[in-house]
Formats: sequence, C-alpha cells, structure tokens
Amino acid sequence: MDNRTLPYLLLLPATLFLCVFFLYPFALVAWQAFTNEAGFTLEHFRTMADHWKFPIAFWNTMLLALAVVPVQVVLSITMAMMVTRMQRGRDIMLYIWTIPLGISDLAAGIIWLAIFEQTGFLNSMLYGLGVIEQPTNFLSYQNTWVIFIAIALAEIWRATAIMLVILVAGLGLIPKEYDEAAEVFGASRWQRLWKVTLPLLRPSLQTALILRVILAFEVFAVVAALGGTSLPVLMGETYNYQFELQDGHVAAALALVILAISIAFTLFFLRVLRVPKGAQI
Amino acid sequence: MAEIQIRNVAKTFGTYQALHSIDLTIADQEFMVLLGASGCGKTTLLRIIAGLETPSVGEVWIGGRRVDHLPPRERGIAMVFQNYAVFPHLTVFENVAFGLRMAKLDDRLVRERVERTAGLMHIEALLQRYSGQLSGGQRQRVAVARALAMEPDVILMDEPLSNLDALLRLEMRAELKGVLEASNTTTIYVTHDQVEAMSLADRISVMHQGRIVQAAEPVEVYRNPAAHFVGSFIGNPPMNFITARNQGDGKWQVAGQQFTGPSVASETLEFAIRPEDLSLAETGLQANVRVVEPLGAHILVTCDVEGSLFRAVIDSNSRVKAGDVLHIAPEPDRIRWFDPETTLAVA
Ligand SMILES: Nc1ncnc2c1ncn2[C@@H]1O[C@H](COP(=O)(O)OP(=O)(O)OP(=O)(O)O)[C@@H](O)[C@H]1O
Ligand SMILES: [Mg+2]
Repeated sequence: MDNRTLPYLLLLPATLFLCVFFLYPFALVAWQAFTNEAGFTLEHFRTMADHWKFPIAFWNTMLLALAVVPVQVVLSITMAMMVTRMQRGRDIMLYIWTIPLGISDLAAGIIWLAIFEQTGFLNSMLYGLGVIEQPTNFLSYQNTWVIFIAIALAEIWRATAIMLVILVAGLGLIPKEYDEAAEVFGASRWQRLWKVTLPLLRPSLQTALILRVILAFEVFAVVAALGGTSLPVLMGETYNYQFELQDGHVAAALALVILAISIAFTLFFLRVLRVPKGAQI
Repeated sequence: MAEIQIRNVAKTFGTYQALHSIDLTIADQEFMVLLGASGCGKTTLLRIIAGLETPSVGEVWIGGRRVDHLPPRERGIAMVFQNYAVFPHLTVFENVAFGLRMAKLDDRLVRERVERTAGLMHIEALLQRYSGQLSGGQRQRVAVARALAMEPDVILMDEPLSNLDALLRLEMRAELKGVLEASNTTTIYVTHDQVEAMSLADRISVMHQGRIVQAAEPVEVYRNPAAHFVGSFIGNPPMNFITARNQGDGKWQVAGQQFTGPSVASETLEFAIRPEDLSLAETGLQANVRVVEPLGAHILVTCDVEGSLFRAVIDSNSRVKAGDVLHIAPEPDRIRWFDPETTLAVA
C-alpha cells in the first residue's frame, strides 16, 4: 500500500467516530440554535441575551473562572515542585492529593455543602468554639459572596489535582541538568523558577490551563449543590432552559456561547504559551 | 588568581563510598584532567567542586577562599555539562548570555561579550537559533561559549567531547586547547579517554575506585606509573606485567632471565614494561606468539611469556607469525617495578 495514504487510513476510524458522536450532535445543536419554524433566525440568541439573568450568569461564570484558575495554577505548580523534589513517599503524596479527582463534581458539591450548611461542620465547630452565638445559614441568598467563596473553595479542592497530575508529568520530562546549569551560571532559586523551569514547563502548563479553563466554564453541579438558584452560571441556565423551561432552542444558543468562550480561551492559551519551533526540550 | 585545593574530601551516597579522602591542589591557570574508568567518581568530584554536591567530609578552597558551604554561583566557576544542558527555550545568543544576564551586566556589555565569545567558538552564524536546531558539535560549542563568556576563574568540564564523533572530537580538542590556553582560567576537565587526557593536560589525575592514584604530568604518568592500575589503564595497548622472583642483591629473575631491579627484601615483585619498549633480540624473554596484528608502521604481537600475556609493538619489517617462538628484550631503563601487595611502584 502507498505509504502516504496509510496514515490517513489508520486515522479513519477515529475520525469517523468523532464525526458521528461529536460533529453530528454539534451540527444538531447549531441547527437548533439558529433556526425556528420559519428558517434561519437569531431570535433565540436575542431571547437568551435579553433575559435579566444572562449577564449575571455570564459574569458569575467568568468571575468564578478568574478566581479559581489562577489560584489553581499557583497551587498546582507549587505542589508539583514539592512532589518532584521529594526523595521518598512522593507516590503516596500524589495519591492523596489526587483523591478529589475520583469524586464526581456533584458529590464534591455535596461534601462542601455538608461543611457550610446550617447544620454543617463549620457551624458546629464555630458554635462549639463559641465564636458564634447560634448556627447560621452561611449559604443564604442574602450573602451571595459567601456562596461564591464556598464554590470557589470547592472547585479549587476538587479540580487542582487534574492540573497537578499534568504538571508533575511535565516536570518529570525536564532533565535536572538545566536547573543545575542555571544554578552554576548564577540564577537564584526564584530566577531558576521563572527563567528556566516555568518556560520549560510551558507545554504542560498550556495543556493544564486549557483543560482547566474549559472545565471552569462548564461549572455546574458544584454551583447547583452549594448555591441552588442564588448564583446563576451559564451551564445552569442552559440546564434551566432545556429542562425547566423546555426551550431547546435557547438552551442550544447558550451551549454555543459556552463553546465559543472555550474556543476563544483555548486559542488564547495556545498563542500565549506557544513554544517556538526548535525550542522544545 | 584561582588555585583550587581539595582537602581530604570524601563522599558517601547512603552506604556507598564514592570518594575516599581526596587531596589535590590545582595551580592557578593549570589544565588538570581527571582521568579514570566509568564509575570511579570523576563526576562526583567535579560536582563537589562546582557545589552541586556537598562533600561528606573535607574542604574545597578556590582562590584562597573556603567554598564548600557556598552555593555554586558564589564560587566563581563556570561549567560545561556532559550533556551540554544548553537551554532549549532560549536562543543560542541568550544561552551564551545567560550567566551575564544573571550577573546583571548591562545590555551593551552582554552583547559585546557574547559576540566575542561566539567568534572564538565559531558560532556567530547560529546566535538566533534554538538548541533543537543545532547539531551535537554545535551544541557543544554553545556550551563552551556559555562558560567562556563568564570569564570565570575556573572552568569545569565533564566529558565535553564524549558525545561527538571521532573526527569532530579531534578538531574540538585542538580548538578547546587553544581557546583555554589563551584565557587565564584554571581548568578541570573530566574524561575517561586517555588520548584526550594526554593531549590536553598540564597534569593528569588518575582516579581509581574513588581515589586519586597519581597526579602528575602526562609523560610522567605514562613513563612512571605510580601504581599497577595506572600502568594498566594508560597506554594502548597497556603495560605488560609479569612476576619477578628475588635473587638477592637487587637481582630479579623473570621467565628465566635475570634483571637488575630494586634492592628490597620482598620475595616477589611485578616486573612491568611498555609494549613499545620491547624489541626482538637474540636473547631475552622467551615468547610464544599467539596473534600478530599489523598497525601500519608497526606490528602488534600478542604472545605468551611463561603464562603471562605480553604485547609487543615491533617494527613491521620483522616477519613474525602466529606460532613462532621469539626472544624479546626489554629496554633496561624502561623497566618498572611494582609491589604485588600494595600495587604501588617500587624504585
Ligand atoms: N546520587 C547518587 N546516589 C548514589 N550513588 C551515586 C550517585 N551519584 C553517583 N553515584 C555513584 O558513585 C560512583 C561514582 O559516580 P560518578 O558519576 O562520579 O562516576 P564517573 O567517574 O563520573 O563515571 P562516568 O565516567 O561513567 O561518568 C558510581 O558508582 C555511582 O553509581
Ligand atoms: Mg561522569
């Protein structure tokens, strides 16, 4: 067989699979979002955007991502460096730190609800210590910023490990000679981190960030568990339109908006953390 | 001014002792080669001098300053790593400039120095490339340039030529020697290649199992090995050894022949001679020829002298073939003697 067609032939099954189970549903969603009985329309997008909750949901989603992702970047890099430096017990440490990965996001939300709710751990503890007079409802709709913080905490707890795992693998790929060379040539610990380790970690950092940011825009179950309807987010609204309001068209429009945001950020990170040709390890 | 003193340095990894009380002084601007077989502790010693490893005991002094508690960057050293460690994310220019930038030199000075060193190492044309776009030899030049650009008191090199092909190695060797002679640095150069050691070194330190067996000028190391190991490690083919029996009065019996040697009381000594110091003669050690290998101007004769393997390099005019019985005579003033107990040379 021709050597040039073989790779394409080998890729065909996976490509077909993707087409059937991704592109086709995607086309359906796009169709739903852009059509009504009369044909092409932007009406559903208008309905979506005119709803008073839409800007709130949009900004909540953005702010959550903005609050959570940078913290996770710093945390996961620090943790990955610590794990990498450990002489022994690093596997155990890694397992422990990645436990939250094995828990579904709804379960994670419920765990944190158990901490924050009126009869939860936090209340019993503060009450037991005499810090508060009586158990209070931290997660009430009157103080959405507490809900916001609780969600951010839960998200950080739940999803930092995914970045950690990627970064640990990435750090393992960097020969330690680079760090030593930097040390010999006068770089301080801090300079070594900024001038050598992080630039060399760029490909893994890119992957981790893209994965994490996409997940952040899809935040849903944790918000539902901790905030109910007090803190609307894009994914929650999509769910609402689809299942509560039974309006598949607007739900599809929202889904497309989330997709567009994800693609925009993916392109952004691909561009910003690009490794020039020839500069790979 | 950077004299390096290593005082009683030892290093253990867990229970394994990689270095045993090393004492070594390297003079200012000297080119010292650390030579030894794989695993003898060369890299470990170099890393201790660099500060990438801490000695378990002992002191390291550079330029009259005790440095073993200082981080690498405060030791006034630069290093060429075995695998170059040329930063892949920086251009060649930024690689060479790395140390200068860390030292916060101003931009103009950095540019000047990088360009000068690049000229010295013939990499001007590569300055905008990344290391992924360089050949092994070019990467090696960048690694050396990066070290030279620092104008350090001391340059440490760990087998910098080991990854190059034979021809390039020869070329780089000569070039390195020229460049380093012109600079005023003290150089410590690790290699397991004795030819490289011979051609580069002011002095060679021969290491064996974590000890320095001999530190001397190349010719001295070759002519007067301080121990059996040195004689057998240096020289290709290596020295020949055979047991000699004491006949009293400084007379020693070797394979039926009598030689004048040291006047010591011990029953036996090792008689040693280099292959090129043997020649065909009417009388001499009786040798059964096993293999004959032409080397061009010479032939290498591998033979059996009273059960010991001997190699002789003799003139290619001699018609010797396998199975012959020869008499080979050692050059009297090239014979060396070693104590079989301590393996050290006996005068
Ligand atoms: N970090 C370490 N932990 C344990 N043992 C080590 C360590 N580094 C080196 N060793 C051991 O110390 C000994 C000397 O190692 P070293 O790297 O200095 O050898 P070398 O002379 O440079 O050899 P080569 O020519 O192969 O590079 C070896 O037996 C090695 O296994
Ligand atoms: Mg080594």
